[in-house]
Amino acid sequence: MSLTAELVRTRVRGTILERVGDTPLVPLRAIAADLPGEIWAKLESFNPAGSVKDRAALWMTVAAEEGGRLRGGRRILDATSGNTGVALAMVGAVRGHAVEIVMPDKVSIERRRMAAAFGATIRLTDPLEGTDGAIREARRLAAEESARYAYVDQYSNPANPLAHELTTGPEIWAQTEGRVTHFVAGVGTSGTVMGVSAALRPRGVRIVAAQPAEPLHGLEGWKHMPTAIRPPIWDEDAADVHLMIPTEPALEMTHRLAREEGIFSGPSGGAAVLAALRLAQSEPGLVVALIADGGERYLSTALWE
Amino acid sequence: MAVTVRLPGSLRDAVGGDNKVSATGGTLEEVFADIDRRHPGFRARVVDERGRLVTYVNVYIGEDDARSKGGLAAEIPEGAEVMVIPAMAGGCR
Repeated sequence: MSLTAELVRTRVRGTILERVGDTPLVPLRAIAADLPGEIWAKLESFNPAGSVKDRAALWMTVAAEEGGRLRGGRRILDATSGNTGVALAMVGAVRGHAVEIVMPDKVSIERRRMAAAFGATIRLTDPLEGTDGAIREARRLAAEESARYAYVDQYSNPANPLAHELTTGPEIWAQTEGRVTHFVAGVGTSGTVMGVSAALRPRGVRIVAAQPAEPLHGLEGWKHMPTAIRPPIWDEDAADVHLMIPTEPALEMTHRLAREEGIFSGPSGGAAVLAALRLAQSEPGLVVALIADGGERYLSTALWE
Repeated sequence: MAVTVRLPGSLRDAVGGDNKVSATGGTLEEVFADIDRRHPGFRARVVDERGRLVTYVNVYIGEDDARSKGGLAAEIPEGAEVMVIPAMAGGCR
């Protein structure tokens, strides 16, 4: 693929899409107070549409444009648990593409409404089938109506990890002035872990991939790989450490982030910080945990009751 | 009172692999207790230590969210269908 950070910057110059990336990196002073090392949080909620998925959505869209897949009014199609849908809808609005999102019914209403606010069409699938049911439906639509859709497929699209290899990873290296020793993120599509691994592992950074400990979990966007459809871009060997994170302590950490650090995170952010905390107890250093989104988009769930 | 309880892929292992189970009970608590008698450990997957639905599970009784009807105390009408779904979307075949 010939996609570069310079090309993407050129394509989006003068629009809100210039604000994708370059998110803040902040130290966790209270939560990491008793640790021998440091934990810093990469706050992806500062992206324009509010999550880490802005990066992949932008790069997948530009890749589709460059490859001629969006000619003739083709619609961008993808399956998502929500954040990618919001991000693709925002990018599509700016770039002038219609967007169709397949997501499970009855997940938190905020992302569904946000994607619709950006003009996307939403298709709902059986809530009992989760994200994997949405993936199957998107695959069916793409196969049956190939002239209508450009199925970007975040689970297998190389532009997804490439966005992190060429933006997230270098940002963390620059923000820590090369002092970062570990990078921690959850695995959903695995794009973040794969891309940052490609960027930072050659510089000696240890990569930590976190997954939900149970098949039934509350860590939005993460996949319990042993029971899920395996993303084609995922390679376990890209991570040095694999941690399984249970939901309840992760939700407690999500509350602590708000109350002790002033960081209003989604549940997966609490899980990532919990993973960083566990790691830092045995491998002290400068640990960067990626917080994928903000707590606002979970206000309708029982998380904040 | 007989009800059908539909389950997500991530809970099917708790009931022997089926995507739905029949149960009896006049409240959600009684329905879960009935399933737990036949499939020990089921209740602990959906109810927390404080005796409330775990935050990351939503339960619908027909079209109604059980939390808006009293949570585990919610009454189950005769013939109703109960649906247990993950509140957050993750992967599971």
